[in-house]
Amino acid sequence: MKTKEEKRYQLFGNIIMIILSACAIIPLILLVISSFTDNDTLIRNGYSFVPEKLSLYAYEYIFNTGNSVIHAYGISILLTALGTTLSLVITTMLAYTLSKKYVPGRGILTFLVFFTMLFNGGLVPTYMNYTNTFGIKNTFWALLVPNLLMNGFNVLLMKSYFVTGVPEEVLEAAQIDGAGEFKTFIKIALPLAKPVVATIGLFVGIAYWNDWQNGYVYLTKRTDLYSIQNLLNRMIQNIQFLSQNSSNISNANVGLASIPSVSVRMAMAVAGILPIILIYPFVQNNFVKGITLGGVKG
Amino acid sequence: MSKTATAVNTPEKKRKKWVMIKKCIPLYLMALPGVLYLFINNYMPLPGLVLAFKNFNARKGIYGSPWAGWSNFKYLFATQDAWIITRNTILYNVAFIILNTVCAIAVAIILSEITSKAKKFYQSAILLPFLISAVIVSYLVFAFLSTENGFINNSILKPLGIKSISWYSEKQYWPFILVFVNTWKTIGYNCIIYLSTIIGFDKGYYEAAAIDGATKWQQIKRITIPLLKPTIIMLVLLSVGRIFYSDFGLFYQVPQNSGALYSVTNTIDTYVYRGLLELGDITMSSAAGLYQSVVGFILVFTANLIVRKVDSENALF
Repeated sequence: MKTKEEKRYQLFGNIIMIILSACAIIPLILLVISSFTDNDTLIRNGYSFVPEKLSLYAYEYIFNTGNSVIHAYGISILLTALGTTLSLVITTMLAYTLSKKYVPGRGILTFLVFFTMLFNGGLVPTYMNYTNTFGIKNTFWALLVPNLLMNGFNVLLMKSYFVTGVPEEVLEAAQIDGAGEFKTFIKIALPLAKPVVATIGLFVGIAYWNDWQNGYVYLTKRTDLYSIQNLLNRMIQNIQFLSQNSSNISNANVGLASIPSVSVRMAMAVAGILPIILIYPFVQNNFVKGITLGGVKG
Repeated sequence: MSKTATAVNTPEKKRKKWVMIKKCIPLYLMALPGVLYLFINNYMPLPGLVLAFKNFNARKGIYGSPWAGWSNFKYLFATQDAWIITRNTILYNVAFIILNTVCAIAVAIILSEITSKAKKFYQSAILLPFLISAVIVSYLVFAFLSTENGFINNSILKPLGIKSISWYSEKQYWPFILVFVNTWKTIGYNCIIYLSTIIGFDKGYYEAAAIDGATKWQQIKRITIPLLKPTIIMLVLLSVGRIFYSDFGLFYQVPQNSGALYSVTNTIDTYVYRGLLELGDITMSSAAGLYQSVVGFILVFTANLIVRKVDSENALF
């Protein structure tokens, strides 16, 4: 009796979850298949899961003539590596100081970090500050610095880990042995905090890889600094612009010639998610841990 | 007596404090880059908020521009836009909160009971959309909705003999599309939070209930959901606190900035963005931005105040 109910439940649960998993993955499958579809077939029959004719043209095109794609890819990789490293360095150092109860002024510093989570100036003042005061418009800094480099939430998360996960006695013992604050931090506190450092690093890395807003807002002229997300964004904007102004046909033809074909665009989008899909199986546990850490604080 | 004691202690205390500060110099140096960044990124822009009370003149800069008093706000709230962006921001968030909570709890309960090896696969699959950038999400949506060669028009509506729909210019569909896309993207994330809470529950309750002959459904209704209540209340409150903010990527990228859809896709964030960078209407943009910052702050603050009353461990402060 009991087992029958259990079996029914398992069957029901698995069916629901298979449907949901399919919903989550199907759009990605459509994307990948259309990147391998012959462009004329794509235009004639539309996006399809079972295309009439397959083709590797899109990928050949990217490798042979798509300099801008490879360049943008390089920018994305550089940005993600540099951004994540810098972010981890400044976040862990600040969090470590805030975790020390004996530091004078710790309360005020913690409040300053915390306040950024409650109130922020928003886009306009931030934009004015970065363009007028710092002049980072159309520089690589614009991709790296605004909003992404550090956030209060990660600092406080890291700080509470240092408080609870790194025993005071261990740190004291190191200092009695003559290690300075910085050495204690590098040699003892940081290795003990590895799990949370990895988790935060993962979130920061994904945020950098996926970011398109900084480039969109600040890179108005330097398209050579575009990350892969910016490049993808630019293309879809051009298409949108042309379809909205399609009455002007001669103009549209000129524009269309410079926009890569549908399958090439799809191949570029595939390239844009590829790193995430590749690392996903390896970092998944860390990622799940990060969500539970961040979702329910404490 | 105590007075003299403090008088004696004060210099001593001060000296001690200085010794402490000196001792902490390496720690201050370590904190410096982070503090500097917060100063640049979060505090230096704040004075720029006065722009909302000015008639901005690019040549004179923020501080040189003449004051406008409350007239920017009067103008903003006299337009239809203020009402539309506030309504859209709040209504979409309400729909997201309700749907995300219900779906995430349902999925978390189903997942928690599944014993097969596929459990891990399901969890990975539904979390995947959360990792995809808004730009690529807009590509995915476009593959389905493109008027000329989208999957829905070509492979679903055409075989059924239904005329194709030009999705990007018909606004009545977009509230559903945006809610669907948002759920698709965030369900895995929310589900994991609930799932981790459910896994932490004492198995004893379920064993006792099973001995008493309770069915699965009864166990869910009488044990799991009541035990989840504090988590639900807290997460809902925290999202209500953020009800004045919207996911810029979702509302800007997914409808592809299509003008025909503005009345159902424009939120405070997209309005501020367009004002600043597309229309050059900086005063309206900064007025709307300040409106969002202030109301948003009040809401986040209040929500956290209530969370602290309910469950002090999970409040921000």
